Amino acid sequence: MTVVSMEAAVEPAKTQTPARKRSLARFARPMLGLLVPVVLAAGWELVVQLGWSTGRLVPPPSRIYAEFAELARSGELLRHVTATLLRVAAGFAAGTVVATVLGAIAGYSTMVRRLIDPSLQGLRAVPSIAWIPLFILWLGIFETSKVALIAVGVFFPIYLGVMGAVLSVDRKIVEVGRAFRLSGPAMVRRILLPAVLPAYVIALRSGLGLGWMFVIAAEFMGASEGLGYLLIDGQQLGKPAEIVAAILAFAVLGKITDWMIALAAAPFLRWEDRFTRQEETADVER
Amino acid sequence: MLNVENVGKTYPNGVRALEGTSFTVEPGEIVAVIGGSGCGKSTLLRAISGLDRPTRGRIVLDGEPITAPHEKIGIVFQEPRLLPWLTVADNVAFGLTDRPMSRRRHRAAGALSRVGLAEKAQVWPRELSGGQAQRVAIARALVPQPEVLLLDEPFSALDAFTRVDLQDHLLDLWTDLRPMTILVTHDVDEAIVLADRIMVMRSRPGHIFEEIRADIPRPRDRHSAAFDHVKSRVLMALDRSLAGERVPEIAAEHPGTGAAMWW
Repeated sequence: MTVVSMEAAVEPAKTQTPARKRSLARFARPMLGLLVPVVLAAGWELVVQLGWSTGRLVPPPSRIYAEFAELARSGELLRHVTATLLRVAAGFAAGTVVATVLGAIAGYSTMVRRLIDPSLQGLRAVPSIAWIPLFILWLGIFETSKVALIAVGVFFPIYLGVMGAVLSVDRKIVEVGRAFRLSGPAMVRRILLPAVLPAYVIALRSGLGLGWMFVIAAEFMGASEGLGYLLIDGQQLGKPAEIVAAILAFAVLGKITDWMIALAAAPFLRWEDRFTRQEETADVER
Repeated sequence: MLNVENVGKTYPNGVRALEGTSFTVEPGEIVAVIGGSGCGKSTLLRAISGLDRPTRGRIVLDGEPITAPHEKIGIVFQEPRLLPWLTVADNVAFGLTDRPMSRRRHRAAGALSRVGLAEKAQVWPRELSGGQAQRVAIARALVPQPEVLLLDEPFSALDAFTRVDLQDHLLDLWTDLRPMTILVTHDVDEAIVLADRIMVMRSRPGHIFEEIRADIPRPRDRHSAAFDHVKSRVLMALDRSLAGERVPEIAAEHPGTGAAMWW
């Protein structure tokens, strides 16, 4: 990836003006990532159009697009996407709050960590799908059990990330806070929070990824709407285009929500001294 | 006036890092503490800063016992320890929390230009060189106008040119407020260039072994005869302080002689 983008930046420089090189490099780099899927999709479309395959089980892009457009036109897509988004949002919010509080306390206090961490690590080893029967018994078959399952999935990566981040805050930096006589809350606000923020953002992003994974499991266990329902529906009615459309919707939603977290955090993380920083700042300046 | 009264420190693992250390720093005085590694000089400085409590004795600043970090005491560590998420200007202003924002900004800007880094105010610490970062750390310690400035081997991580440059720069800054200054170092030249008094420490347990006055008018020429004279005295004291350490079994065999040598 780095090698490729470097070549893209260097090669045109020999023949073209710097301004031209800049605009080319800016667009060429993201485009490179699209090359493989676009070529594959166009190839398959061609195969089906030429009649070499019926495309019944593996629908070509045109049929997926038609299915997508139909779902969107009838309002079905919006209904399913909304249902799934709301479940992920509720589960993510609940899981994040509990994980952040417990992770911060466990990172801060050795006593609490010794008390709760072994149990939580044990629970973490349980495949979260295993909770489904219990959650259905406890919380019923409707929304609560689904949200609870997503929250469990979101909880563990965030709990681990926050605890690790708090544990690894540099003692020397904390000492600067002590030397300037920061009170407890001021120490948290001015030293600990900014110090754990980069790791926290990564934890949130992996938590959200698991949230998207678990929403499917939750919707598989019996739902009348949601993208997971659309997947099951497509299987039972033998409509592969509907399944692929739902999968694509998942991919787009997952990417967009992940990107939103990264974007929201970016202004607070400009100070980071990362090894890719040189290249990135160079990009921005161009 | 800063009084260190019979201060000792034993770590929880039983190591006696410091024992029976007493001295006084007068207003406007610079004292250097020098010694080999592990002689307790950093332990002493941390006790004075209030970051670590001594296990015996006490530290008194203007009649007030120091048991925790104090607003009249500023400290510069061996590493700059700038907060990477704050701009250089905000790092300098870090200790000025209880004042209005505009005044904080103004004073931080003043301190930054005083250390010659006014144009770096809005950059991140990662963009500074080692010497620049340490200058920012000095500005951060000085901007609350402390009565005591503690320096824990502040220039030891820098190259020789930068080090000499910063030593002169520090003296220049010091003349603004003339805080009581305690400099911990293992660089003999640095101690003599900066300090009015040089205290040579010796380890096991850490204590002050010899005190040498450096009555050389400032600015001090690093190549003058007076400088060399003090330097040879400090080096001799250091040699003697280390001599006992190389053959600790002699001291153990003749505890009486050993004690006499120590005191």
